[in-house]
Amino acid sequence: MPRRDGAAKVTGAARYTDDLAVPDAWYGKTVRSTVPKGRIRSITLDPAFDWRGGRVVVVTADDIPGENVVQLIRDDQPVLARQGGEIKHREEPILLLAAADRATLEEAASHIRIEYDAAQPIYDLDKATEVFSTVEISKGEVVEDLEDVEVVERTFRVGLQEQLYIEPQGAIAFPWREHGAGSREQGVTVIGSLQCPYYVHRALKRALKLTDEEAVVIQAETGGGFGGKEEYPSIVAIHAALLARKAGRPVRLIYDRHEDLAATTKRHPGVITHRTAVKKDGTLLSQDIEIVLDGGAYCTLTPVVLSRAAIHAAGAYACPNVRIRARAVATNTPPNGAFRGFGAPQSLFAAELMVEHVAERLGVSSVDLRRKWMLRLGDTTATGQKLTESVSAELVLDTALRAVPPIRPTAKPPIRHGRGLSLVFHGSGFTGSGEKKLQGTIAMEALADGTFRILTASTEIGQGTKTIFCQLAADTLGVGLERVSLAPQDTSIVPDSGPTVASRTAMIVGRLVQEAAEEIRERLTRERPPFTVEKSYIQPDSIHWDETTYRGDAYPVYAWACTIADVDVDMTTGEVRVTDLVTAVDCGKALHPVLAEGQIEGGCLQAVGWATIEEIKMKDGGYQNDRLATYLIPTALDAPRIRTILVENPYSRGPFGAKGIGELPMDGPAPAIIAAIHDATGVWLDEVPATPEKVLAACASR
Amino acid sequence: MRFTLNGRGVSFEGSGARRLLDVLREDLGATGTKEGCGEGECGACSVLIDGEVVDSCLVAVGQVEGRGITTVEGLADGGRLTALQQAFIEHGAAQCGICTPGMLLAAHVLLQEATRLDADAVREGLAGNLCRCTGYTKIIDAVLSCTK
Repeated sequence: MPRRDGAAKVTGAARYTDDLAVPDAWYGKTVRSTVPKGRIRSITLDPAFDWRGGRVVVVTADDIPGENVVQLIRDDQPVLARQGGEIKHREEPILLLAAADRATLEEAASHIRIEYDAAQPIYDLDKATEVFSTVEISKGEVVEDLEDVEVVERTFRVGLQEQLYIEPQGAIAFPWREHGAGSREQGVTVIGSLQCPYYVHRALKRALKLTDEEAVVIQAETGGGFGGKEEYPSIVAIHAALLARKAGRPVRLIYDRHEDLAATTKRHPGVITHRTAVKKDGTLLSQDIEIVLDGGAYCTLTPVVLSRAAIHAAGAYACPNVRIRARAVATNTPPNGAFRGFGAPQSLFAAELMVEHVAERLGVSSVDLRRKWMLRLGDTTATGQKLTESVSAELVLDTALRAVPPIRPTAKPPIRHGRGLSLVFHGSGFTGSGEKKLQGTIAMEALADGTFRILTASTEIGQGTKTIFCQLAADTLGVGLERVSLAPQDTSIVPDSGPTVASRTAMIVGRLVQEAAEEIRERLTRERPPFTVEKSYIQPDSIHWDETTYRGDAYPVYAWACTIADVDVDMTTGEVRVTDLVTAVDCGKALHPVLAEGQIEGGCLQAVGWATIEEIKMKDGGYQNDRLATYLIPTALDAPRIRTILVENPYSRGPFGAKGIGELPMDGPAPAIIAAIHDATGVWLDEVPATPEKVLAACASR
Repeated sequence: MRFTLNGRGVSFEGSGARRLLDVLREDLGATGTKEGCGEGECGACSVLIDGEVVDSCLVAVGQVEGRGITTVEGLADGGRLTALQQAFIEHGAAQCGICTPGMLLAAHVLLQEATRLDADAVREGLAGNLCRCTGYTKIIDAVLSCTK
């Protein structure tokens, strides 16, 4: 079945935020800090520019009608830093400008003078004093050095990564109009490129002091998100809304690539140390794991990222004794935030390479060791969750191994071939009681003309929400697809289905769509439309989670993947080319195999980029790779041949058995590639990205 | 100044120094052409100038006087999708869709010019157009399906 938005996207008819023509709109711009830490001594409008006559609208922290806070987890991030206020990172928003044309806007921006009292920034994780959050997971007792026990200890490092959606961040704000004397409507409508309409809605209400009705958020066609448009769009939207309110006209605030790279959130870098104890026969005795993530200057979603990192840190393995100690600290870099995988790629990278190191110490095959350790039906995870269904570690491992041809014969120098494998799992849906607290809601209308309309805040960001929701409804109702439509993602029309994140859309929200369609089908046997059915998530009684002890059912279910990567390493240049990637994925049920494969292949390539070429070097708290000419992502030429094999081990509470797979493909490729590099060169890198410099240095120091 | 856009003559009055990308999007309403980086790295703004793939963010409109521009809006023939556009939909080659217009134009030229296309040639031909959603596999499949 072709995707719903396919025709609009191949003809250029699809309208993304910056495609919307708004005749009387002004252009907005954000003026940002040039120091990583300090205090704003003064903000001056240089009189050399003519500020009079309303040519330019200037917004400072003093113009914020509500609270100067970006609503998220912790109230630490200001909408705009204020005069005399603290600066915690480079590119921190200080002041906003709008003008009728770009030339005036740029000229005005060049006449803003900001003076700082600079302070000493902190970048070193060991020296960081502020801790955003900690997580401790404990199962059994960690085994110390004993006779006949091998203890292997290794430290792994993972780097920053940019989501690099091809459409940069952007929003257009429309202030509501005055209606004659004394009846001014103070509301604002924001149209933007975003994943989570209700996150933006809450943020607007708080900063602009608006009621539920006075803030309206509409998602435009969105050119990629990958987590990068989970929380950051709230900032863009508030800024655009403040400018629009003060200007009394619509304002478009569209980032260019340089600003987007320099200022928006990245994947959390971190350091992960494992101490694993095994018997000589390979029996896994204990895992002692320490995780430190760099949150950057403000909290954003860091505690949740850390939580997911910690829960996945032991890998897809059954171990009787586990201790995971995780903390996320503050540094003076731009804040890190949501990015596909959300902490799990970081911790699974370490867990998977640890299997390799232990296998090497014992002199056994790492595949055999995985087979010995892997989670099976009835086993318990690090949080003590007993796995009762849809456990597929063995299934995906066998499937992937069967699918690869024998490794190619020895390569011609200076090229060496190598192959590596990884086995991962990824929790679908929100962690622990997240879904219970959230109570995501959808509605479905049965209309008098025999058609049906789905109302949900879940967004289409390329992954296929629009297609699979309509498909789920049509299949359940037993009607043709043409009779099902989807209401626009507009907070004044659709209920809060929760954010479009956490591999939850198909599995959690899709299930609500299916339940609503079932109820409509049943009611249609005795009732005439029109009528509306609403469905909210109800946590099954069988799911138990203790937030304080981190014990219990961390996720309703897990999706599983085994990835095998083949690489060519050029021993003279250190260049790594991933030539082939095979990934076997248990998605429960592939609702739409073409879309599922596409999502998996895209996620795999993002992981290949993270593992090989996507590098951000820091200088004085800023990113040196802040242009697309210096921050490289894989092109069609760099990309390996990616082969996806979908296997289906259904989940009883997923729609038609489906599990979430949005993030899973980001987890497996990086450790498989590092293992393949070891296979080719004999050296372990234990870090990503494996840039040519690092590969050469590792080979030289051998 | 005058040039042709998707087979139709257009005239433009204004600075010849403006980017072709901006004139297309802002003055001529051809918003199918996207801006991804503004410095010729991503290919989201690819258009055809006299049949050649060019990043329209790097071209001053003054340079296209008298020439023929094709954008994504000009591919379908009177609302009928080309085989390539149809293949993009069927193979899942468009996900978020923001790279799709540029990718389609680059692939269109590739299909017209090459006598024999294999996967490696498609990869090379599309290397100037970045996609972050698909991993390129489905795009390559879609293009190759049009060679048969």
